[in-house]
Amino acid sequence: MTVAVGDSPKAATFGPLTREMFVRYAGASGDFNPIHYDDGFARSAGFPSVFSQGMHQAALLAGFAADWLGADRVRRFAVRFREQVWPDDVLTCTGKVVSVEAGSQGTIATVELLCTRQTGGVAIAGSAEFLVDE
Amino acid sequence: MSFEYVVERGKIREFAAAMQTANPAYDGEDAVAPPTFLASVALWTPEGTRPDAGFDRKRLLHGEQEYVFHGPLPRAGDHLQVEFRIGRRYEKEGRRGGTMRFAVLVTEFRDAEGNLVAEQRSTVVETAQAPKEDA
Repeated sequence: MTVAVGDSPKAATFGPLTREMFVRYAGASGDFNPIHYDDGFARSAGFPSVFSQGMHQAALLAGFAADWLGADRVRRFAVRFREQVWPDDVLTCTGKVVSVEAGSQGTIATVELLCTRQTGGVAIAGSAEFLVDE
Repeated sequence: MSFEYVVERGKIREFAAAMQTANPAYDGEDAVAPPTFLASVALWTPEGTRPDAGFDRKRLLHGEQEYVFHGPLPRAGDHLQVEFRIGRRYEKEGRRGGTMRFAVLVTEFRDAEGNLVAEQRSTVVETAQAPKEDA
């Protein structure tokens, strides 16, 4: 597909998030840190409840970007973990093309990505590169 | 030391369900691996082979995660060889004083010919003080 700097897809929302979603991600990824599904464990560690894996949010944001620009065209995906995400949070994923340049594998579109909580706080900030048509 | 990691169709389907996507690219015999799917290498990692940055576990945070694909994405049925290495290490001044230490744990995925197919880069942080609001 052809893309241009400034292109932006329709935002996607996820949630209200449930503990079941955290457990599904734990099973899919093999990350079984109980702080993400055992409320007693999370409270004993000083948290009000369980919270979502940062990599769970990364998976949602990655899926959003791949649905937009092509699942088989991803060449790089990177995130920084910022705010914690809790049960009942609603996440909004947004993205924007910031450059389209020649790369070693072909024309590469670089996109900036955000996964934001209902409070406006940024859960994760990311960027990705996709192989695109010239 | 390297170990084998098989990209499995069922695991991709399970991962796509956790991603809440119905993208058909993640279905079928040649299903493509989602961008962060290689995180599931955790299920294949033999005990004790993952290198340790040597940081204080009480002050440990997962700061960043990156996936780089050097060509077409892994697909269901691919057999990859996996090797870990510790990449860049660096330090920064903490916002509340003290020194934050960073290390990048790199996971390399190679095909049968030894070509580097993909890399997973996890940046772990040892905070200057005990973490409060950070993820």
